[in-house]
Amino acid sequence: MARIELNNIEKFFGSVQVLKNVSLTIEDGEFVVMLGQSGCGKTTMLRAIAGLETVSSGTITIDGREVQDLKAADRDIAFVFQSFSLYPHMTVEENIAFPLRAVRSSKADRVAEVKEVAKFLGIERLLPRRPSALSGGDMQRVAIGRALVRRPQALLMDEPIGALDAKLREQMRAEIKRLHIARNSTSVYVTHDQVEAMSLADRIVVMHDGVLQQVGAPNEVYLHPANLFVAQFVGSPVMNIADVAVEGSGTDALLRVGRSEGFRVPTATVSHLNGSPAKLGIRPEAVLLSREPGEGFETETTNVEPLGSHDIVDVRVGDETLRARCDSGFARGDGEKVWVTLDPARAHFFDAQTGQSLRRTA
Amino acid sequence: MAEVKTTREVVMNRAAIAAVFVALIVMLTPIYWIASTAFKPRSLATTAPPTVFFEPTLTPFAKLFVRRSQMREPVDQETYDAAPWWEQLIYDDGESVVRNRRSGEITPSGYWDRYKNSLIISIISTFLAVSMGTLTAYGFSRFKVKGENDWLFFILSTRMLPPVVVAIPMFLMYRAVGLHDTHLGLIILYTAFNLSFSVWIMKGFIDEIPREYEEAALVDGYTRLQAFIKIVLPEALTGIAATAVFCFIIAWNEYAFALMMTNRNAQTAPPYIPSQVGSGLPDWSVIAAGAFLFLLPVAIFTFLLRNHLLRGMSFGAIRK
Repeated sequence: MARIELNNIEKFFGSVQVLKNVSLTIEDGEFVVMLGQSGCGKTTMLRAIAGLETVSSGTITIDGREVQDLKAADRDIAFVFQSFSLYPHMTVEENIAFPLRAVRSSKADRVAEVKEVAKFLGIERLLPRRPSALSGGDMQRVAIGRALVRRPQALLMDEPIGALDAKLREQMRAEIKRLHIARNSTSVYVTHDQVEAMSLADRIVVMHDGVLQQVGAPNEVYLHPANLFVAQFVGSPVMNIADVAVEGSGTDALLRVGRSEGFRVPTATVSHLNGSPAKLGIRPEAVLLSREPGEGFETETTNVEPLGSHDIVDVRVGDETLRARCDSGFARGDGEKVWVTLDPARAHFFDAQTGQSLRRTA
Repeated sequence: MAEVKTTREVVMNRAAIAAVFVALIVMLTPIYWIASTAFKPRSLATTAPPTVFFEPTLTPFAKLFVRRSQMREPVDQETYDAAPWWEQLIYDDGESVVRNRRSGEITPSGYWDRYKNSLIISIISTFLAVSMGTLTAYGFSRFKVKGENDWLFFILSTRMLPPVVVAIPMFLMYRAVGLHDTHLGLIILYTAFNLSFSVWIMKGFIDEIPREYEEAALVDGYTRLQAFIKIVLPEALTGIAATAVFCFIIAWNEYAFALMMTNRNAQTAPPYIPSQVGSGLPDWSVIAAGAFLFLLPVAIFTFLLRNHLLRGMSFGAIRK
């Protein structure tokens, strides 16, 4: 297994720059998930590591060896495609053995290795079948088997479970995690699904427009998003973003969201803002609703989404709408009177111009 | 097949079946005609109305392969008994096999040589056109080629004028460089004709093969050539088979250039068969026998590849 280093990677497709000065180190045995919308450059990044795409400038090293000019075949990494990409004219066994035949290992070795991997993935009974006779999940297990059989330096996965249905995705997610823990393989995983990223990653790399937006552990990315993009991309439902004005001084400050009455918060939580124009970011679980008069101010619900385990309730705050996460059955419909307040400890502030997070320096 | 329910659908269905039968009769009648004439004795070949029931004979085939002459007097019994069965058939028809005066060997008619030429030229040119076409198509399909669309249009444009238009300049050039009446000459010509067709058809097929197949192989330690041979070729087999059938049929049936560019050495069967009509009183059943044998390779080749062809025709429609 190996440590992968990307240094100042740039990539142009014609005049379009898809990777902008990307530098990243993936530690030995680490599971890194590249997260971003389609077209953000994450797949190009992965393909560049694999050698399926050349880079315009910058270096890629695997265990200290510069590989950016090497052919894919010489980099000793494995790649799992979203489309599974199993060879239809070969059986499952032949598919898994295919990478071993490239290194001309003996037939007996091949059979043994294929058996071992198949056993590990629980697909032994599928070995004589053709890929066309497999279910989606089994196809991906075979594809992963084909990737693992050679014991590569690193395992690269490009939305490997994106083509599966929701239930199977969840199951495969758990399997991929188990596999990573068992093999401790350096893994780079590309997805646009933030749930997948959160559940699998040791570290998440959020990409947008060819630029790394934030690199960090799932919790860190969730709790301390570096900028507005990350804040809105990670987390479901999406973080509320609203223009905010901070007024008052003394012990309490007033957070005026969307020209509303404003939320009273301890000054210490907003003192770092210095009055510059800012945006408030607050996750639905930090928007607190109450049926009883109390802190905050009175408003009414505008929309309720019952989701079973909890409800998402929209409330008007001035001329903005905030989404709140409530216990299921909290509100019965639109137009109900509720009292809304915010948890100031979980409020995020972003520079209105740059979108960068304004964090307390304490 | 769609389930047939209403009266209207039943009627439409019957009509469709009837139409297929009519088409079948129209298409198969000439083949039946040639095939039946090939097995008729000479006297029944040109009767009007045509003879439908007759005792089939192999005489036309026996006559097809050797040079014969009319006998002035009947053959003596001893020679007749000593002759092999096929020569007896020819004696029965009042003709004798022309033999070399000194060695006594029979003189072949020239049909087999032409047939062999047809096979050699068609098979080699088909192989060349399909293999070159597949490689070219792979290049166009997988790599960024500068002016790709212009190149492809240029390749297609070689098919846009009727080949016969260039026949006379081609003839003069071939004579100048000594390719006239050679196997190589016709092989080059037919390969060139079929290449554009082959490139376009194969590009369609190769475009349909997901790039990820090769990329997976590339990452797994194979070179691009190995990936092409081990992954792309097996996947493209259907397309290759379909393209090969079409190229083979075009090369096998080609008449105009074969007539113009060859006269003896490399002449193929298409110009030879009709030339027999002109030599003396036409023996239609022998000509029919020649045409019938000429039909066989294409029929066999197509039959062997029929499964690939069926898949090939519906390729793209059912794949995704």
